Amino acid sequence: MAKKSIKVRAKHKDGVTTVKALMTHPMESGLRKNSKGEAIPAHFIQEVVCEVGGNMVMNAHWSGGVSKNPYLSFKFDGGQGQTLKLTWTDNKGESDSIESAIG
Amino acid sequence: MNNLRRLILKGSMAAGTLGVAAGAGLLVPSQALAAWPKEAFGQKTLDGALSVLLGSDEMGESADVSIKAPEIAENGAVVPVTVTASMANVESITIAAPNNPAPLVASFDFASGAHGYASTRIKMGKSGDVIAIVKADGKLYSARKNVKVTIGGCGG
Repeated sequence: MAKKSIKVRAKHKDGVTTVKALMTHPMESGLRKNSKGEAIPAHFIQEVVCEVGGNMVMNAHWSGGVSKNPYLSFKFDGGQGQTLKLTWTDNKGESDSIESAIG
Repeated sequence: MNNLRRLILKGSMAAGTLGVAAGAGLLVPSQALAAWPKEAFGQKTLDGALSVLLGSDEMGESADVSIKAPEIAENGAVVPVTVTASMANVESITIAAPNNPAPLVASFDFASGAHGYASTRIKMGKSGDVIAIVKADGKLYSARKNVKVTIGGCGG
């Protein structure tokens, strides 16, 4: 997979951390056909895991129904000054992760 | 004396290998914990998918769950959806589009401390409802919103 497939921004305000992440991925559902009428094989992110300080905060399971280059946002309590780790894994077993300081 | 020294050396080497394995992410417990629910995502009906994923398809519409999505989506390939659940102890948020070939789109599991909030972008094949199912304290709550799609997102 290409380098740096994830962009993430985590902001801490009033005790709550808001995470926004943008991933680069084709998210092919396996239902589309190319110009020759052949099915394009499925290739999509199945799982996104977010850990803060080694503890899992959020674990998302996705299908091919999530848009190409998926966007994700969620919130959790605390997290100030800690490091966040976001990892995705797709149906071909490829994965990427990024670490970001919560600011 | 010498034998003992050998034994200790061997022991420390074995421990060293284990440390490397953990460092390389081979022994991260969260990866073993969460398997992708293939069966749930393969279901063709929403009720079937929810039964498999959440253990029940009985849910009550709740005013505490709100969906933010456009009334009219010009492009079905990118429909921004934000789900907010104001109740406490939200365990998971599931987003579904019953008119899609595979109704279950995304599911977010939260650990304690996470808020009932999830935002993403989904594909919609044709106009229809977007349903958010929130699991809190073991019960299911839902909300739905109709989205009109002018160009489908699942075709070529």
